[in-house]
Amino acid sequence: MKNKAKKIVTLTVAVMLMVGMITGCGSKAEEAAPAEEAVTEEAAPVEEAAPVEEAAPVEEAAPVAEEVSDLSGSITLAGSTSMEKFSNALAEIFMQANPGVTVSAEFVGSSAGVEALLAGSADIGNSSRALKDTEKEAGAVENIVAIDGIAVVVDPANTVANLTKSNLIDIYTGKVTNWSELKGEDSPIVVIGRESGSGTRGAFEELLEIEDICTYANELDSTGAVMAKVASTPGAIGYVSLDVIDDTVIAVSLEDVSATAENITAGTYFLSRPFVMATKGEIEEQSEPVKALFTYLKSDEGKEMIESVGLITVE
Amino acid sequence: MQQKKMSIISSYKNKTVIETVAQAVFMACAFAAVFAVISISAYMIISGTPALFKIGIGEILFGEIWKPSAANPSYGILYVILTSIVGTGLAILIGVPIGVFTAIFLAETAPKQLAAIVKPAVELLAGIPSVIYGLLGILILNPLMYKAECSIFANSKTHQFTGGANLISAVLVLAIMILPTVINVSESAIRAVPEHLKSASLAVGASKMQTIFKVILPAAKSGIITAIVLGVGRAIGEAMAISLVSGNSVNIPLPFNSVRFLTTAIVSEMGYATDMHREVLFTIGLVLFVFIMLINVTLTKILKHDNQKNN
Repeated sequence: MKNKAKKIVTLTVAVMLMVGMITGCGSKAEEAAPAEEAVTEEAAPVEEAAPVEEAAPVEEAAPVAEEVSDLSGSITLAGSTSMEKFSNALAEIFMQANPGVTVSAEFVGSSAGVEALLAGSADIGNSSRALKDTEKEAGAVENIVAIDGIAVVVDPANTVANLTKSNLIDIYTGKVTNWSELKGEDSPIVVIGRESGSGTRGAFEELLEIEDICTYANELDSTGAVMAKVASTPGAIGYVSLDVIDDTVIAVSLEDVSATAENITAGTYFLSRPFVMATKGEIEEQSEPVKALFTYLKSDEGKEMIESVGLITVE
Repeated sequence: MQQKKMSIISSYKNKTVIETVAQAVFMACAFAAVFAVISISAYMIISGTPALFKIGIGEILFGEIWKPSAANPSYGILYVILTSIVGTGLAILIGVPIGVFTAIFLAETAPKQLAAIVKPAVELLAGIPSVIYGLLGILILNPLMYKAECSIFANSKTHQFTGGANLISAVLVLAIMILPTVINVSESAIRAVPEHLKSASLAVGASKMQTIFKVILPAAKSGIITAIVLGVGRAIGEAMAISLVSGNSVNIPLPFNSVRFLTTAIVSEMGYATDMHREVLFTIGLVLFVFIMLINVTLTKILKHDNQKNN
């Protein structure tokens, strides 16, 4: 009798747990998750977000930040690590204005992001360099949403505050190996850069015309890692996107022009590159949430957001 | 209520069915493991070999220049292979003696209070995730290595300064990582040596150290070789911890050079690789796979040979 009772109790509890799990998981999948839950870093499996056809656009929504719109669906961004700050800020603000839309972003590198776009597993491919011809031929449309400067950073104890273009080329090709040759202290130069597929590296080497001949001491695989290494190694030099500069490193001025937004817009700071949000096909052919995202970026609030993360707007 | 009576004769058919089903389930589980190994091997071979033929085995395996995204790409991984071999070898050279001596300490010569401290410490070390070792390497090892580098190469014209991220940092991190495995397995092996061997040796008049090194260690040889195999397996397969401390440029594996291992080569570029670059990364995976198989097979053969000699 006791054994039977125990069995019945265990079985009932197990069934209740299962029912609880099924309802819990089921409702999560159907509900379009509200803004707080859809944190961009959450590993949203890319297949989940890919079929944008499932996003039933209820009404055309005007993407004004104050009003809450009825747009629903999901947008996946994939690509450059340099665009992380920008993507996260964009996702947060856009989801606040459109609680029915989930925006998730992955940071896998510019080349991988555009590849994901062309393969159909992402709606927008973030690239911190202009698109290659092969990518454009495969159907990616280059939508430049902002301009970013590449800052050359050194550790805070370094006394060299200005470098010329030829200095940079000599440092990165290994011709100059000690700061004393550049009127600094007698300490060796530790050359830090990014790995081969990085958009920042591609843009940096292309602008200085030193593709394929750079000799790096360290090839790190994210903007954050370069910042951390330069900040903690005396004599290090590295390049990072302008919007991540903080006070743990110093951004040197190039050709006596400091790395600021005004100088980039004016064209006097020569290390700048476009932030591209590539789509497969023109913007008009995309889904409603994606179109709304681009409309937001062109609006005044969008431009304000772009400038608030340290980037430069385009017309 | 009366207890239900179990009968051996009745429900015979049920029991046969249960027996057969149980055996089938066990066999299915076993085959899952076999299936996994076969499919992994097959997949590695299928994805790794196209690049070998397209580019040429000699050029990939013995080429020295790794520039996959250049206008004229070259995919030579000789230095990468050498780095993995040299790095693992050095880590074993450093880690195994320390591990075996610690095992001897724990099994033979430790006073009880000390053993009570050392044993939990070793077990804690085994549980630390490998990324933590990498973080500690960045915080502690790299600055020390940088100071050493600056003083050793102060007058060198040709050395490229790496800020402390070099082969030695990676080797030290690997050596510490394989310590727990080596210690645990060696200690079991030493404890498993029959007591009569030890007492016979001591009775004949050998000192404790002579007993340990001439009687116990040879008797525990197969266990210690197993420990070495496990250590090599862990060292050659480690990617996360050493990617943070090894510098990641492709160079000859000299102690103060920034180097790239087979594992970190795959990890750092897989996210971005396209077309041929990606296929070559799979080839690197295949090379790694072949290495591990070779090491396992060789050491198993050595073990068998030893066992046959002893028996």
